[in-house]
Amino acid sequence: MELVVNQKHYRIEVHPDRMLLWVLRNDLELTGTKYGCGEGQCGACTVLVDGAPVRSCLARASTAAGKEITTIEGLAQNGKLHPLQEAFIQADAMQCGYCTPGMIVSGAALLKKTPQPSDAEIRRAMEGNVCRCGTYPRIVAAVRMASRQSTQRTANGGPHA
Amino acid sequence: MLEPERYELNEGPAYHFELERRDFFKFLGGGLVLLLVFDHPADAQESGRAPRGDARPPEIAAWLHIGEDGAVTVYTGKAEMGQNIRTSLTQAVAEELHAPVSSIQLVMADTALTPYDMGTFGSRTTPTMAPQLRKVGAAAREALIGLAAEKWKTSRASITVAGGKVKNASSGETIGFGELTQGRQIMSTVNAANLTPADQWTTAGSSVTKVNARDIVTGAHRYASDIARPGMLLGRVLRPPMVDAKLVSVDASKLNGVSGVLVVRDGDFAGVVAEDELTAATALAAISSRWDHQKDQPSDKNVYQYLKSHTQSGARSNPEHGSIDQALASSDHKLDATYTVAYIAHTPLEPRAAVAEWEDGKLTVWTGTQRPFGVRSELAEAFSIPEDRVRVIVPDTGSGYGGKHSGECAIEAARLAKAAKKPVKLIWTREEEFTWAYFRPAGVIDIRGGITSDGLLAAWEFHNYNSGPSGINTPYEVPSHVIEFHATDSPLRQGSYRGLAATANHFARESHMDDLAVAAGLDPLEFRLKNLKDARLRAVLQAAADKFGWSNSQSTPTRGFGLACGVEKGGYVASCAEVSIAQPGGKVKIERVVTAFECGAIVNPEHLKNQVEGSVIMGIGGALFESIQFADGKILNAQLSKYRVPRFSDTPAVETVLLDRKDLPSAGAGETPIVALAPAVGNAIFHATGTRIRSLPMI
Repeated sequence: MELVVNQKHYRIEVHPDRMLLWVLRNDLELTGTKYGCGEGQCGACTVLVDGAPVRSCLARASTAAGKEITTIEGLAQNGKLHPLQEAFIQADAMQCGYCTPGMIVSGAALLKKTPQPSDAEIRRAMEGNVCRCGTYPRIVAAVRMASRQSTQRTANGGPHA
Repeated sequence: MLEPERYELNEGPAYHFELERRDFFKFLGGGLVLLLVFDHPADAQESGRAPRGDARPPEIAAWLHIGEDGAVTVYTGKAEMGQNIRTSLTQAVAEELHAPVSSIQLVMADTALTPYDMGTFGSRTTPTMAPQLRKVGAAAREALIGLAAEKWKTSRASITVAGGKVKNASSGETIGFGELTQGRQIMSTVNAANLTPADQWTTAGSSVTKVNARDIVTGAHRYASDIARPGMLLGRVLRPPMVDAKLVSVDASKLNGVSGVLVVRDGDFAGVVAEDELTAATALAAISSRWDHQKDQPSDKNVYQYLKSHTQSGARSNPEHGSIDQALASSDHKLDATYTVAYIAHTPLEPRAAVAEWEDGKLTVWTGTQRPFGVRSELAEAFSIPEDRVRVIVPDTGSGYGGKHSGECAIEAARLAKAAKKPVKLIWTREEEFTWAYFRPAGVIDIRGGITSDGLLAAWEFHNYNSGPSGINTPYEVPSHVIEFHATDSPLRQGSYRGLAATANHFARESHMDDLAVAAGLDPLEFRLKNLKDARLRAVLQAAADKFGWSNSQSTPTRGFGLACGVEKGGYVASCAEVSIAQPGGKVKIERVVTAFECGAIVNPEHLKNQVEGSVIMGIGGALFESIQFADGKILNAQLSKYRVPRFSDTPAVETVLLDRKDLPSAGAGETPIVALAPAVGNAIFHATGTRIRSLPMI
């Protein structure tokens, strides 16, 4: 099957029952996407498929064939971090960092759909992502910070994140 | 520093570093090497060395290398798992070396490269490892000054070090660290150094950004579960249907002739290896097995009776601190109560994982553990090979919370790799992590307390069954007391946890104190202060109450306010909580938590604040809803969909007050801020509803 991940095309032999998470991690060595629970409860495995957040531990790779897949590795462009990645650093919105890729990808999906979410909207959209270290208030602050930054950038005529 | 409740620990043999001078330069390259050796046996024991024979060789605590390119590398056996010690220890070195944080790399938790360390637990890194690294940094700076004085033929007094450069004050010349050491191999040993007092810190004491944050937000950081090796295969392990089961028979005949699958059987161990995770999982499911197990095991329904009737130490001892019965009898108000805490799971988001590789009889394992050297010992023992043929490398880990002290996943991966003759990766499933790791102990606490008519504690009797002795002693002044921990048999495997038993002991003590305040007719804050002399604890209690607005917090049936405080592992904490009680239904939600924390001189305010917030939020789970359900040796809720952990919607407004005591040594902060949350919430629920909940979790 053909997988398009972070704008790169891969032609690979994959058993149709294999999950996208493990194909990304084990076959394409894109290990930024994490395993946390295997039942879509923690969000550590979140990737974007055609812009929408998907729990890759529950999605067969075949369902994403030919679609645009974006993983955490694909968010930075030419070495420049996505505003959310910058904001997570600024807000110190991590401890062990294992949930961080899933949080950032989920947050990026939210900001794409809702560029200026309220705190309540951020919490609702991210409810399916677990941070066991308990950095939730900082994650909300980081998403808020990134939404302001991208709003300012749009206002200044810059590219919208 | 082993606390008795670290049941899972089986301290490995002391490690004696025998690197020769030439070996150091072989793996470090030329330049300057500073070795820090312990000169006090007590210091050595702090890091877990046991004396061996009469002539104990100098023990090396840490080393620092400045390469010919000026790169500064510091080696420590501590492991990073989210507590941000990679950053705080870098700050410690930068402070003394007078070099930028960005110029210093830490090599951590690699048994081939770093000094022995007993493990990263007990909030010991900041009070013990940070001063050691500061010493080695200060000594390196002094050595650089010596080299510069020699080079410029001037006095040491005219040389300064700042911003990673060495300067000759009289000539104005500057030189980089690397240029000073170029072409040389200089090794020097130190055991003491003058350290910069906290009130003069410039780098330590400031909110330096997490040093590897960029790798984390880009997904570039490789956790143990992300490691890949050439030709690597994936493993799975056959698990018993319940704990304490013995393997009777295994039938893997369905896999005969299936290509690409290797079945491994060794005693009670059975597992499979395959090229991809689906093939491995399918093969595992095709194996049928029979197990022998004990019937009629305790369940979460009757575990507390079980614990109280299975003490290991026999009956309670006779009171020695005055006659407690007499003191209780003569108290004006008395209160007896029993508290219970459930088994809970650490649930680190990265489950146990290991990649094992054998080469020429030598074993290398990448794994997420808090005890790299302990796991090395376990591996050496499991495979009957000397420790010097085992290397354990711990990449910065996806959290531990006291739950990653043991090496079973590393051993399993190594056993599979040995059979496969190729590197093997084993990632425990979430269900395995829930079932086959270990739990925070369940426990029962009986308290009898008595006060005088004017609200002074008169008698305090406290018995803890199984949950552990950490934080068991009361910080309150009380003339007559008996405080005992009773070890018991545990039906489930149990071990360390963030804050250990201090959470259970604080929950019971601070709930009971709240009831005694009511009996005394005093405000809970006033009652505590009246019975408390410890100035540091009084300070955090007052700070939390002030920030919270305690004096204006009148509980109603739908809104409750509670507070609690405690001291543990050198840290002082007080939390005030506000809860809402929905009507009808009585659903409890924590709306706001203010926590004041003091742990001596603050190393990194932002990261400290992050740890306090994280402790409070993690503490919500154990306080309100986390609990392991089990019966007949089976864990009944071994999934995230069945075991609820705190999420965004559970998170209250969290406010933190940090008290910076630059006059006091820094203590660790990853654990203690968790201990006041549960009792503060329980007290808030009580003041709203009038119902005292004496069991964790509370809802």
